[in-house]
Amino acid sequence: MSLGKTEVEYISRLTQIEVREEAVEGVAEKLSNILELFAQMEAADTKDVLPMAHPLDAVQRLRPDVVTEVDQHKKLQAIAPAAADAHYLVPQVIE
Amino acid sequence: MMHNLTIKQMSEKLRTGEFTSVQLTQHYLDRIDEFDTELNAYVTVTPELAISMAEEADKKIAAGEAELLTGIPVAHKDIFCTDGVKTSCASKMLDNFIAPYDANVVALLKKIGMPILGKTNMDEFAMGSSSESSYYGPTKNPWDHKAVPGGSSGGAAAVIAAGLAPMATGTDTGGSIRQPASFCGITGIKPTYGAVSRFGIIAYASSFDQAGPMTRSAEDSAWMLNAMAGFDARDSTSLERETPDYTAELERSLKGLKIGVPAEYFGVGLDSDVSDVVKTAIAEMEKLGAKVVEVHLPNKDLAVPSYYVLAPAEASSNLSRFDGVRFGYRCEKPTDLEDLYKRSRSEGFGEEVKRRIMVGAYALSAGYYDAYYLKAQKLRRMVRDDFIKAFNDCDVIMGPVAPTPAFNIGEKSDDQVSMYLSDLYTIPVNLAGLPALSVPAGFAQDRPVGLHIVGPYFSEAKLLNIGHQFQQVTDWHTKMPAQYQ
Repeated sequence: MSLGKTEVEYISRLTQIEVREEAVEGVAEKLSNILELFAQMEAADTKDVLPMAHPLDAVQRLRPDVVTEVDQHKKLQAIAPAAADAHYLVPQVIE
Repeated sequence: MMHNLTIKQMSEKLRTGEFTSVQLTQHYLDRIDEFDTELNAYVTVTPELAISMAEEADKKIAAGEAELLTGIPVAHKDIFCTDGVKTSCASKMLDNFIAPYDANVVALLKKIGMPILGKTNMDEFAMGSSSESSYYGPTKNPWDHKAVPGGSSGGAAAVIAAGLAPMATGTDTGGSIRQPASFCGITGIKPTYGAVSRFGIIAYASSFDQAGPMTRSAEDSAWMLNAMAGFDARDSTSLERETPDYTAELERSLKGLKIGVPAEYFGVGLDSDVSDVVKTAIAEMEKLGAKVVEVHLPNKDLAVPSYYVLAPAEASSNLSRFDGVRFGYRCEKPTDLEDLYKRSRSEGFGEEVKRRIMVGAYALSAGYYDAYYLKAQKLRRMVRDDFIKAFNDCDVIMGPVAPTPAFNIGEKSDDQVSMYLSDLYTIPVNLAGLPALSVPAGFAQDRPVGLHIVGPYFSEAKLLNIGHQFQQVTDWHTKMPAQYQ
């Protein structure tokens, strides 16, 4: 399966990764090569095979519904690109 | 020389006062100073932290409170969050990230008193098989500076091979401990999925990621795995079972061991010199009393495409947290929120990481989910069931780790699919979640070659026993490149 400009733009939107106009063709080609590898899966007969999500077929462990996190916002926001008054700062969204 | 000792010997000498942890740690720091500019195996070296931890370890030893690994320095792959230390995952995205907490593995080894020498280089976000995709440039293979050390834990393998650390942590999602161990002539084990906590390990593909030790010998790995493994409530897939003593079976005889050798592993694509090394190593096992039986893993060729759907799909979700808002790289002067997200991610991630996020998101997108993601999950079960069936006829499976010895830097970096296909022997093990070991078994084209030993779930102690017994009658694991001896 070969990807074109439309698909690359769609994937770019899904992943929030910018693909510059001049790079679209190269990205499409590399992604198409990987999809060709995926095509090898088609021939396998998977009728009656259940999908497997966990190697040991384990299920999600539950824990008591109690607070386990302590407030560390000062420490955690010290590494933020921009933060003030316990908020993360981003460009203005609403005028 | 101190760096030629086994962990047990080091531990004994620390206890008898022949040298102190500060002296041992300084010895490694001096070697890093001397050799690492060329090798580029460390992203960050932490001399002050290492020495202060060594001083504390010496106090513990003097007070008689030491454990076997107390005072022995360790290098952590730069994927393990280390409180107060840069944890970059070899990405521009996290070049400015000082981890605010310790990964569980880091905390466990800290508690024992293992001084941290630094953080080792790797493929960006562990996505690669050569350590070439690091933001900090490729690590060189100590055996041949033209060659890659393998990946993604290439820096960890290189520091062990060159004697720039006695022990290192690694992670293995599709072969990232075993393949670099093979390429650098060291020992590395990927434990059963869930045996070692993933808490604080920057996630790539969560249903595959597993941490393990990288050392010179199987015995050293057994001691280190004892320190790393165990249930951790903070990792939702951590196994709730008692942690065994991984050193308990080391001395057991291999008499009667049934080794399964899959015919499919010795077919087209396997380098003939690598094949010879692996067959000679298996013959050595027979001399130790093991028996060889033929087994079959008919779906092995489906493992690579299945993995390269599932792992990128999980990565596309895991790496959505890198958005330039809470931590990590943020682009200059964003015009609006979408511009902030898009440019931060596009400028912060390297090419291979972006490629895997894009492929993964596509495989999960409407219209393709069944054809790609669901199909790959079904194949995952088929690959796993092949192993379970094979283990009805044998105790362990042996074969090559990689189809070739280490390739040259730059040789495959433009051909992703060829690089992906070189993981064909390691990936099936990750799909199945099984434990597997790579031990040095010889050389092909003057570069090291590992023997791959795969066992049933929870058979780590058996695998390390086999590795240790093999290392009692061979000396491949003691060899070091001449310039680093």
